[in-house]
Amino acid sequence: MSDFKLSRRGLLKTGAVAGAGLATPMFFTSAARAYTNEPTGSTVTLGFNVPQSGPYADEGADELRAYQLAVKHLNGEGDGGMMNTFSSKELKGNGILGKKVEYVTGDTQTKSDAARASAKSMIEKDGAVMITGGSSSGVAIAVQGLCQEAGVIFMAGLTHSNDTTGKDKKANGFRHFFNGYMSGAALAPVLANRYGTDRKAYHLTADYTWGWTQQESIAAATEALGWETVNNVLTPLTATDFSSYIAPVLNSGADVLVLNHYGGNMVNSLTNAVQFGLKDKQVNGKNFEIVVPLYSRLMARGAGENVKGILGSTNWHWSLQDEGSQAFVKSFGQEYGFPPSQAAHTVYCQTLLYADACERAGTFNPCGVAEALEGFDFDGLGNGPTHYRAEDHQCFKDVLVVQGKENPTSEFDLLEVVEVTPRAQVEYAPDHPMFAGGALGECNPGA
Amino acid sequence: MTNAIFPSKANDRLLMIFFIIVVLAGPIILAPFGAGYPDLLQRFAIFGIFAIGFNILFGLTGYLSFGHAAFLGVGSYSAVWMLKLLSMNVIPAIILGVVISGLFALVIGYVSLRRSGIYFSILTLAFAQMSYNLAYSVFTPITNGETGLQILLDDPRVLDGGTKPGELPLTNLFGIPMNATQKVEFLGMTLQFNFGFYFCAVILILAFYLSLRIFRSPFGLMLRAVKTNQNRLNYTGVNTRPYTLAAFVISGMYAGLAGSLLASMDPLAGAERMQWTASGEVVLMVILGGAGTLLGPVLGAGFIKYFENIFSKINDNVLHSWFAFMPDGLENVMVTLVHPFVGKGWHLTLGLLFMAIVIFLPGGLMEGFNRIWRKITSKRETATSDTSSDAASTPAE
Repeated sequence: MSDFKLSRRGLLKTGAVAGAGLATPMFFTSAARAYTNEPTGSTVTLGFNVPQSGPYADEGADELRAYQLAVKHLNGEGDGGMMNTFSSKELKGNGILGKKVEYVTGDTQTKSDAARASAKSMIEKDGAVMITGGSSSGVAIAVQGLCQEAGVIFMAGLTHSNDTTGKDKKANGFRHFFNGYMSGAALAPVLANRYGTDRKAYHLTADYTWGWTQQESIAAATEALGWETVNNVLTPLTATDFSSYIAPVLNSGADVLVLNHYGGNMVNSLTNAVQFGLKDKQVNGKNFEIVVPLYSRLMARGAGENVKGILGSTNWHWSLQDEGSQAFVKSFGQEYGFPPSQAAHTVYCQTLLYADACERAGTFNPCGVAEALEGFDFDGLGNGPTHYRAEDHQCFKDVLVVQGKENPTSEFDLLEVVEVTPRAQVEYAPDHPMFAGGALGECNPGA
Repeated sequence: MTNAIFPSKANDRLLMIFFIIVVLAGPIILAPFGAGYPDLLQRFAIFGIFAIGFNILFGLTGYLSFGHAAFLGVGSYSAVWMLKLLSMNVIPAIILGVVISGLFALVIGYVSLRRSGIYFSILTLAFAQMSYNLAYSVFTPITNGETGLQILLDDPRVLDGGTKPGELPLTNLFGIPMNATQKVEFLGMTLQFNFGFYFCAVILILAFYLSLRIFRSPFGLMLRAVKTNQNRLNYTGVNTRPYTLAAFVISGMYAGLAGSLLASMDPLAGAERMQWTASGEVVLMVILGGAGTLLGPVLGAGFIKYFENIFSKINDNVLHSWFAFMPDGLENVMVTLVHPFVGKGWHLTLGLLFMAIVIFLPGGLMEGFNRIWRKITSKRETATSDTSSDAASTPAE
């Protein structure tokens, strides 16, 4: 019927051979570049991968603002912000290594899969030489793994899980933010001081790496001071109504509720807890207390009245009076009309730290940048003297214990700093059991 | 001789040749659209396979499964476990992924296929949501919950032996890493020929060929009969259950294949792959492209993935550069107008397009192409020369 002499099988074979033929030259991967996405033009591209939807969307939006501000400052626009107070003076406002900074953005959707797809397209399509962002530790860990594989630097944003620089640490990944262990170490003494040492705690925990490690850290730190952990209930990250989790707390005999929740989760669970009247209850002859170990101003605003008097810890707060914080709050406020959150602060610092490391290393090569960051001591970025530890790529700095203000003067003035816990108190050995099990491996420049 | 269900063999051959050429030339064809980078190309191929498989069930039998993402997820998890325990070579991972999801489909299909229509859809949806919740919390030791299952440095990988200390191994096919990419400069564009994509592409072509054979086989004819009038078949004494179950399992295995390929390209499996939105996505892909057609599902998959990955990346900066030629005021107005439809608003645009297609082209994109084709070659073509019009006229039972 037709003149084709080609059988289907033959056709398939041809297809397969053609495919294989096209595939073979791929062994000789373009060796012209010394490392992944080496910037050859007059610009360098950074990838800002933040949640724009999902429970952490507020934090993501604020992160994006801070990134854009950082890019402005790096390119010499605006007032320079913390570049002026930063102890390292390599950054001149002429981009990084003379190349103008450009950026691409993506939505992680607070899902590991989507975050990786987004990061991959930044690396493969847009030629990003550094990826930063993440408002969830699950996402941060997933993207950090990807960056290690692809050979680009990952500057973690808001990720508080011990695992990010613990068992899932990677040579190409760096974290400025503090972690669950530090929260526990900073918070526990204050809690014992305020609420006594014979408390019974009930934990509600977001069911992923951050929740698990923070719960473990807080439980360990409070138990060391005499508290008892009555129960720990894991809640899905996507949950929006926590009533069914709060109700059992009433009959558990516990007199403290620890909410290991963040972002939208915490706003909802705290609101539910207050609706159930937990704050006004008396248990075991003591006032019932609620603790939110990881606090942020955005969450405090979301939860409104309910945060009054509630203790927690935070990486940074805009009311800090040091020179760096002041400079940052000023330039962020001028740009957007309100003060930055801790998420905005940490990603701004990370961008500056990356740019500075490139300048000091004289290259964008991930291995050079990593070397420049490892063991780096700096000051003037709002947290006092800070150390980037070489063993696990974790920053060590003071931790703030904060409390919801009883009489806020504005919609941003919601938290007050109760104590600045000195760095020495929150330090730990790199092989601490809560962080053991992983290895940095070797830095991967790709190509 | 041609008819609606069995076009001539020459036609099929042409279709196959066309398909192979287009798929293999993917990196060249898609580069001008900004979609010619490995990760998205791989996704096109993988979700093409997923949609082709779904179409075998939905397009032929009319059974609308709302839980196909469960099989995708099961395939992914099985594959990652194989990568962790056995070897970073993707072959065992893919085989296990397909087998496990096939078994899983057998169990779910056996129960769900006792009902048809909306009850079947709800049953599959319930099973998928159950699998999602199990993967998310109950089976945390197997699935690593929300964090997702990943390969670690201290995984056994018994067949691989010594990997370099401190370095995560890459997924590979007998030593060729999946991320090996050859970059070629061409007309000012960078073409990226990626090994992982070609691996997926070859499997996509095989999957397409298999689906073509099923469409043209007596088995396929029986499935179409189920869609047209299952009662009549039952009254004539035909037991349809084995046929529908077989179609369900085959399509579950396609989904498992797609899931294990996803894991082979990027060794990570998360519970969100099983979520109902993921199940809904494949339904959209197939309907958008044209249910019951051969090429439609692949087209639909490409369409949706393109939106998800390219449209969602358009931020205000990009918009400003688009409208830069306009005077400042007008530029800002245009950016404000377009802003809600791009970036995180890509769902909105996709939704509008989907509505438009369902209303004006019930047979999906394929119907659109066929209409254009008929306009061009009008007169002598008979109305029955394509299968999509037939699919469009009989909605799912």
